[in-house]
Amino acid sequence: MDLGNWRRRADSVIDVGALPPFSLRGRGGLVTRIVLVLLALAVLVSTYYQVNADSVAVVQRFGRYVRTTDPGPHLKIPLLETVTIVPVQRQLKAEFGFITDRASVRSQFSQNENTLAESLMLTGDLNVAVVEWIVQYKVKDPYKYLFKVRNLDSPTRRGESTTFRDMNEAVMREVVGDHSVNEVLTVGREKIQVDAKNLLQELCDKYETGLEVLQIVLQDVNPPDPVKPAFNEVNQAIQEKERLINEAWADYNQTVPNARGEAERVVRAAEGYALERVNNARGDVARFVNIYDEYRKAPDVTRKRLYLETLNEVLPKTGRKLIIDSSMKGLLPLLNLDPIKQEAK
Amino acid sequence: MKRLGLAAAAFLLLLALASSLYTLDETEQAIITQFGEPVGTPKTAPGLYMKIPFIQQLHTFEKRWLEWSGDPNQIPTKDKKYIWVDTYTRWRVKDPLLFYQRVRDERSAQSRLDDIVDGDTRNVIANNDLIEVVRSTDRPFEETEEDAGIDTSAAEAIGKIAMGRNKITRAILEMSRPIVAEFGIELVDVQIRRVNYVTEVQQKVFDRMISERRRIAERSRSEGQGKAAEIRGQKERELKGIQSEAYRKAQEIMGKADGEATRIYAEAYGRDPELYQFLKTMETYRKTLASDTTLILSTDGEFFRFLKQSR
Repeated sequence: MDLGNWRRRADSVIDVGALPPFSLRGRGGLVTRIVLVLLALAVLVSTYYQVNADSVAVVQRFGRYVRTTDPGPHLKIPLLETVTIVPVQRQLKAEFGFITDRASVRSQFSQNENTLAESLMLTGDLNVAVVEWIVQYKVKDPYKYLFKVRNLDSPTRRGESTTFRDMNEAVMREVVGDHSVNEVLTVGREKIQVDAKNLLQELCDKYETGLEVLQIVLQDVNPPDPVKPAFNEVNQAIQEKERLINEAWADYNQTVPNARGEAERVVRAAEGYALERVNNARGDVARFVNIYDEYRKAPDVTRKRLYLETLNEVLPKTGRKLIIDSSMKGLLPLLNLDPIKQEAK
Repeated sequence: MKRLGLAAAAFLLLLALASSLYTLDETEQAIITQFGEPVGTPKTAPGLYMKIPFIQQLHTFEKRWLEWSGDPNQIPTKDKKYIWVDTYTRWRVKDPLLFYQRVRDERSAQSRLDDIVDGDTRNVIANNDLIEVVRSTDRPFEETEEDAGIDTSAAEAIGKIAMGRNKITRAILEMSRPIVAEFGIELVDVQIRRVNYVTEVQQKVFDRMISERRRIAERSRSEGQGKAAEIRGQKERELKGIQSEAYRKAQEIMGKADGEATRIYAEAYGRDPELYQFLKTMETYRKTLASDTTLILSTDGEFFRFLKQSR
């Protein structure tokens, strides 16, 4: 390598005065310079560290905690100080009773024997329920989070339980154990979430975990598989009950208004009858009074006239007429009424 | 030769320095032994320390809360229910010196905890009914509309809670705590992680749950039938009410009209009842005498009087 050339180029980009003095003599000088530059780079790299916006950094010197630094670029003493990044702003999540295989718009979940063992629990009435839940939490105190509990929330080996998972299971079982299976499945969900959250936070503080429990959310809560059909049967029975009642009401609503209409009709008809009856009476009476008024003027003649007029009208219309002398006795033996009747037809 | 000696001396010095300096992490504590004998006070604060190289030895221990998980075990409760109980506890090395002297390392500590906490768990569980292990208070359960009036609890779930889960775990803790303290171990808590029925019992519990649900379903159905019958009954009652009411009204109206008509007739015909009778009779003749009528008339009658004689 042409040294002069290198130097010239270096001069153009680096202020030479700021660099440590170099020995420019001979080949040994070159090796020393390369080593020194590399060393300087290594020191620089192990001095500088950067903290992302969602985290803080915990700095230890000789293993002893010295400070917590906020997001941004920072320097530390190389070799003597070590830095651990703790994501304090990030919301962390743990799942119980199921595993999210792939989180996306439509996430995929899976279950296995382990998750079933996690979610199967006894209720306060000594029944059994399958309760799935998630817990959302974050790191409140990075110092405690890092130094107070071993194997707190990230398992060292795959499938191994952590302290935080153990706490969750114990707390959820304690709360569910104090509720009936019906409460767990229906009305008690809200209360169970709140109670479990509070208990878990208490336990977190007791074990100096430095964690803050944001919320516990119950997911699917079901009766165990062998019992499910019986629970569905209850739902069906409730539907059936509603249906029977609805049908009865439908019948009621159809029949009763009909009957009211019919009743109204009967009353109206009676009113019609009443009107007719009274009017007829008035008419009859009016006619009678007219006749009477005239009749009073010549009663005998009028009476005879009416009588004869009637007969005059009636007699031609009647069928057979037998006129019998008043002195004749024993008429009936001679008279067979039936043939007469038949003939008349 | 001189150079080699210098290098060896420097190397030895470095080795001595390396074996005399040690750091303790925030998560660690240590004791120093000299020829196997502990010397000095345990170092529980983190930082950089020195010891005499080669003759003093360093033993570090965890300072954090450590895991311990009970052996999930089939235990009979006082009321002879066989259940699996899975406990955990969190513990730490409280007194490193004592810990070193009595159990040496974490693995043997775990095994001591197995003996002690598992044993105490067994004792306490066996002295309590199952319900005490499951419940923590004796709050009454909220009734849902669905199961109102039907008791879905297992028979052994009824009754006062004397201990409850919390007191049971605390009892285990109180029993184990003084014993493990002799090993320099501190327990923070004992918790029951899981409680489950053993398989045979579980099947029976499922059967019971199924029969309870059947009862609820059955009751729901008969409630539906009952309610429907009640509605039908109400319908019948209202129908009868409406119909009879209408009949009563109609009769009243018609009766009143009949009365009115009667009054009108009586008032008018009262002027000459004889005339009325006569007129009505004539009208009746007109109506009743038809072509199929056979009239047998006597010459005694008014009309045919003139047939016999003109006067």
